[in-house]
Amino acid sequence: MGFFVAQLLTGLANAAALFLVASGLSLIFGVTRIVNFAHGSLYMLGAYFGITLMNILPGAFGFWGSIVLSGLIVGLIGVIIEMFVLRPVYRAPELFQLVATFGVILVIQDLALLIWGAEDQLGPRAPGLKSVVRILGEPVPQYDLALIAITPFILLGLWWLIAKTRIGILVRAATQDREMVGALGVNQSWLFTGVFFLGSALAGLGGAIQLPKGGADLLMDLNIISAVFVVVVIGGMGSIPGAFVASVLISVLNVFGVSYIPQSTLVLMYVVMAVVLLIRPYGLFGREEKAGEHGQVGEPDRPIRPAGLVGRSFVAVLLIGLAAVPFLFSNFSQVLITDIIIACLFAASLQFILSTGGLVSFGHAAYFGGGAYAAALLVSYTETPMELAFLFAPLAAGLLAIVFGWFCIRLSGVYFAMLTLAFSQLIWSLVFQWYDLTGGDDGLVNIWPSEWLSGTTTYYYFTLIVGVGGIILLRHLNHAPLGYTLRATRDSARQAEATGINVNVVQWTAFAVAGALAGLAGGLFVFSKGSIFPNELEIGKSFDALIVVFLGGVKTLSGGVVGAAFMETIKDWLTRLEYWRLILGLVIIGVVIIAPDGIVGSLRKVSEKIGLRRTEEFMK
Amino acid sequence: MSAVLKVENLVRTFGGVKAVNGVSFEVMPGELKALIGPNGAGKSTCFNMLMGQLKPTSGKVYLNGKNITGKPPRAIWRRGVGRTFQITGTYQSMTVAENVQMALISHHRKVYSVLPYAYKLYRDEALALLDVVGMADQADRACAILAYGDLKRLELAIALANDPKLLLMDEPTAGMAPKERINLMQLTSDIVRDRGVSVLFTEHDMDVVFAHAHHIMVLNRGELIADGQAAEVRNNPQVQEVYLGGGTLYKQEIADA
Ligand SMILES: Nc1ncnc2c1ncn2[C@@H]1O[C@H](COP(=O)(O)OP(=O)(O)O)[C@@H](O)[C@H]1O
Ligand SMILES: [Mg+2]
Repeated sequence: MGFFVAQLLTGLANAAALFLVASGLSLIFGVTRIVNFAHGSLYMLGAYFGITLMNILPGAFGFWGSIVLSGLIVGLIGVIIEMFVLRPVYRAPELFQLVATFGVILVIQDLALLIWGAEDQLGPRAPGLKSVVRILGEPVPQYDLALIAITPFILLGLWWLIAKTRIGILVRAATQDREMVGALGVNQSWLFTGVFFLGSALAGLGGAIQLPKGGADLLMDLNIISAVFVVVVIGGMGSIPGAFVASVLISVLNVFGVSYIPQSTLVLMYVVMAVVLLIRPYGLFGREEKAGEHGQVGEPDRPIRPAGLVGRSFVAVLLIGLAAVPFLFSNFSQVLITDIIIACLFAASLQFILSTGGLVSFGHAAYFGGGAYAAALLVSYTETPMELAFLFAPLAAGLLAIVFGWFCIRLSGVYFAMLTLAFSQLIWSLVFQWYDLTGGDDGLVNIWPSEWLSGTTTYYYFTLIVGVGGIILLRHLNHAPLGYTLRATRDSARQAEATGINVNVVQWTAFAVAGALAGLAGGLFVFSKGSIFPNELEIGKSFDALIVVFLGGVKTLSGGVVGAAFMETIKDWLTRLEYWRLILGLVIIGVVIIAPDGIVGSLRKVSEKIGLRRTEEFMK
Repeated sequence: MSAVLKVENLVRTFGGVKAVNGVSFEVMPGELKALIGPNGAGKSTCFNMLMGQLKPTSGKVYLNGKNITGKPPRAIWRRGVGRTFQITGTYQSMTVAENVQMALISHHRKVYSVLPYAYKLYRDEALALLDVVGMADQADRACAILAYGDLKRLELAIALANDPKLLLMDEPTAGMAPKERINLMQLTSDIVRDRGVSVLFTEHDMDVVFAHAHHIMVLNRGELIADGQAAEVRNNPQVQEVYLGGGTLYKQEIADA
């Protein structure tokens, strides 16, 4: 009994920081309709600033003062982000904002590294609250009790702010009806900035207040963000009480999970989320998201046509060149190009649902890594011949996409993005924690191709044929009725439904196809490396794909392939730079704001402008 | 002759508001029928229930004697109902012809096909439909650069793709110049004559309505207050009350009567 109570108290104490971060995210989303991916980074900054300030300011006053000050500083940083990164893209589709905030994550990661160094920092303990209290015989840290006491006041404070003050009225009005804010005669951009300040400050507070329990390290940004997403998805986007209830639920669940089923704590969280969403697709306290809250940015996509003679000749020459590589270049370049082709196929599979379907998946790594693991598991445990295991990769990934797609497709916009991300985290945590089966962090090794396919050059040709085949297949699908129908559902779901098209089933099909082809890329990958590790399932892997599609050009057919080839080529060089994240982050933000057409789209425009390329027939 | 469309006691409430309150009417084969009424009368809501975009709170909709109440739009379309919207919803990233081809692909159940090039499928059929609405010369332009009036005509061509028995057109001429309106309605009534389809449309331009509609229904605050031929409707005191009393519309037209 005592143990049970102690566990419950720990869970409640853990909920404090989670609630602060989640309520900030929710608040910002409610008013601005932006999902701030960099919210975890603000939490991390809160922790670092907290430590720095606590080292300067003495005593209990210094300790609590540092927490408040950290919140304020992080709030101001949020304002800077809002004004310089997000303001230019408020009218853009979700994808642009999400990618922009992802750029911010990278920038903050390197800035934190620059300022505070790579060492993990231990949080100072709270003066006067350093010991434990015995409750029913079990030790409970005093600081935990303090947190449990403080959290309801924060909830109450937020409730008061929103229910009783003029700012709160504006926030509520904006959350419920975006048109109304204008009618209330408020300068909308100041309201947005203000809300960003408040939401960011809450994240900063969260980071600082958890210091005595945790500390500060450079991984805490991405570590908390998936938990926060689970919380806001369960609680309902934009709902503060929802964030509170879900934070408590998840934190308590985690603590009990650690004691009773230590192998599946992470998995548990995502399973709970899936169950909640099955019953209430918009979370416990959420409202149905109206489609089309975001407009189209700039001009609409152009009509597409299969490549003409020039285009096909170019591709043919390129392929002949690639086929000649083993005769001209070293093994090293063959390995590099193998990697590039795999990355291109993975990006192309994402682009199919992302660009053609308008489905912003944030968890595409689940299918790449899922396919790779499926093949690797077969080889490791059943000694399946490589050929069969390889075919199993796209099959398993496709099946996974069918199952997850069933949940996700019913949602749209940011809910879709977050749910896909959460499902990919589910797979990641399964693989990471199910040590006996997957080897956890140690991965699965010795997954080599059959005799007739081994050797760098042979496998290079295998990848070239399968990988390029997959890319061409995807490209053709875009031009086939299925691809056209998918594009139709993106352009106008209403019109599609009114002309006999079952929008959900079409999108679901496309989701499965994209998953299967990502799995194919994963299959190529695992046999080229001979091993697979959980990092191929991480959030970062999904983001990599999003970013290359974005760099290449979302509104083009070849953007993903071009972007992936570009990124994969410079990656070696780039990651050797000390602060490459900073550079990449700034480039991403720059692309979002200045060149949203990406490489391919910008090239197309420039060459039309200077007369290298004729304006397409249908644009006249 | 039996009705193509039969509506019985249709009701739809939003919260406490009765947007459509017990509406019953019929549309006969080959009939061009108008549903008019002031803004907010419930016309769009009514249309959305006929085509399945909205589920009625109560009431029944029959198409050729079969109950289609509450079926999804795609199922109702398959049974031969075409629709155009008050706010156009064409596919912006496709060409004019492809927009029609898309509807034809769906009509011929080729949506999941992966082998052929979509832009080659049913192109001749699409061009023929575009010819009906006078858009054949713009077939290969991107939809995104069309003038508004052309978009409306395109929508009409799309709505004809499944050879419908009934066309529902919500404010087909909204946002068009007066001359274009007359042309579009002329086109619609030609289609009714040549193809034998029935058309139910809403409209707020009285010139258009009285010039072309065979029958006119008047909706006010969710209730049908008149249903008959032009002259009857004009002389209906309740209708005059709504238009004159409300002061919203077309005193001229009614005074002329
Ligand atoms: N989705 C909705 N939610 C709440 N009220 C609605 C909704 N759609 C329509 N209404 C209300 O129903 C009434 C009828 O609207 P509508 O059918 O659009 O009128 P009309 O097309 O005749 O101008 C209006 O009072 C409108 O405010
Ligand atoms: Mg209307």
